[in-house]
Amino acid sequence: MAEGFDALIVGAGIVGAACAAELAAAGLCVGVLEPGAVGGGATAAGMGHIVAMDDSPAQLALTRYSQTLWGELAPSLGAATEYTRCGTLWVAADAAGMAAVRLRQERYRQAGIPGEVLDGPALQEAEPNLRPDLAGGLLVPEDGVLYAPRAAALLLQRAADAGARRIRGQAVGLRQGGAVLPDGSVLGAGVVVVAAGVQSAELLPELPLRGKKGHLAITDRHPGFIRHQLVEVGYLQSAHAAAGDSVAFNVQPRPTGQMLIGSSRQFDRPGTEVEPAMLARMLAAACAYLPGLAALSCIRSWTGMRAATPDDLPLIGPYPGRPGVWLATGHEGLGITTATGTARLLAAQILGRPPAIPAEPYLPARLLGGAAVV
Amino acid sequence: MRPLSDVHITVNGLPVRVPEGTVVAAAVAAAGVAASRRSVRGEPRAALCGMGICFECRVTIDGRPHRLACQTPCRDGMVVVAR
Repeated sequence: MAEGFDALIVGAGIVGAACAAELAAAGLCVGVLEPGAVGGGATAAGMGHIVAMDDSPAQLALTRYSQTLWGELAPSLGAATEYTRCGTLWVAADAAGMAAVRLRQERYRQAGIPGEVLDGPALQEAEPNLRPDLAGGLLVPEDGVLYAPRAAALLLQRAADAGARRIRGQAVGLRQGGAVLPDGSVLGAGVVVVAAGVQSAELLPELPLRGKKGHLAITDRHPGFIRHQLVEVGYLQSAHAAAGDSVAFNVQPRPTGQMLIGSSRQFDRPGTEVEPAMLARMLAAACAYLPGLAALSCIRSWTGMRAATPDDLPLIGPYPGRPGVWLATGHEGLGITTATGTARLLAAQILGRPPAIPAEPYLPARLLGGAAVV
Repeated sequence: MRPLSDVHITVNGLPVRVPEGTVVAAAVAAAGVAASRRSVRGEPRAALCGMGICFECRVTIDGRPHRLACQTPCRDGMVVVAR
């Protein structure tokens, strides 16, 4: 039964690590169950872009809240997180793109997020390696980047400093009062938080999660080649296309001077191998905006699997009808940004405290049916 | 067989004369320069495999960074920077 942990987190990605740190700081006895490397799943295949995203009001609320929390948290985790507020530059190729830029600026303004519209020459001055015929862009200075696997490890260390224990192992089943291990024994816990990304569906097959595979590539070091995270303003249409494979221009300057290149999206691919055709499409999209990129060396490419939900919002809260089972998964491509807000919202619900932002849009009950028992 | 002629390059500003066909990595070594580049943490790196695989020998050649010194033949007037 519930002898053992107050809370057992299944999964030590950045979301699980953030939940562990939050619950341990609240005084709970926390265990973290992870068979592999900390932050070795989708966390290692995220760009670490800490970004306010406005696909929906609920998405903007959670990303903005989480971004503010990162701003407080990241410096205290140490320089190893490589947190820098480089800003995002949403790049518009043409007049339609500029209309999207102004719409985005207005939505940000209503949410209290600064954003500056740049015309073509101003964009060229801000990023001289962008191709010269672009229409302009939107500079969002409060966005940033960090190195997500390191941030996950540091969050888990913070949890450990508050008494949390890491257990190397795999949950193969859930029951009230704990998680079942491969040998049939039960790791007891008052609540189990499933934060295993797309693999959460292996424990809970009814979860409406689909894997969205993404490719990344990284170049050699060329300091100063770009200065902001550069994303095409049509990114939302590309990123959340419900069906079919897509790529979008999304390139990030790493503190080392390397360029981290995204992004691609493919539904329901079985394997994690790099697919040359998809990688080629993604790199072509990047080179179309940054022609000089083609002359640089790409030193590594890899993939990861995002956990996508039908409404593009994560699952944060109790699993309907299964007392003691909680969810922190389904973050799609925003898990690095929203890890902090997820942890706060989840902890508030578990501890019966008022959440800082409304928790309803992210409750699993919206997609799983049944009454949420909080 | 015609005799090899000499090729003149500079490595970190030092003039170096090598037989034609010499790769840059050998010229860097001949110039007495121990490190071709620095790692992210600032540690010195130098040619290891000599066959274009390990990427440790990267240098800046004529302003282009991260060229493989072990795979690039020296050409007259080449400016090599290895730090």
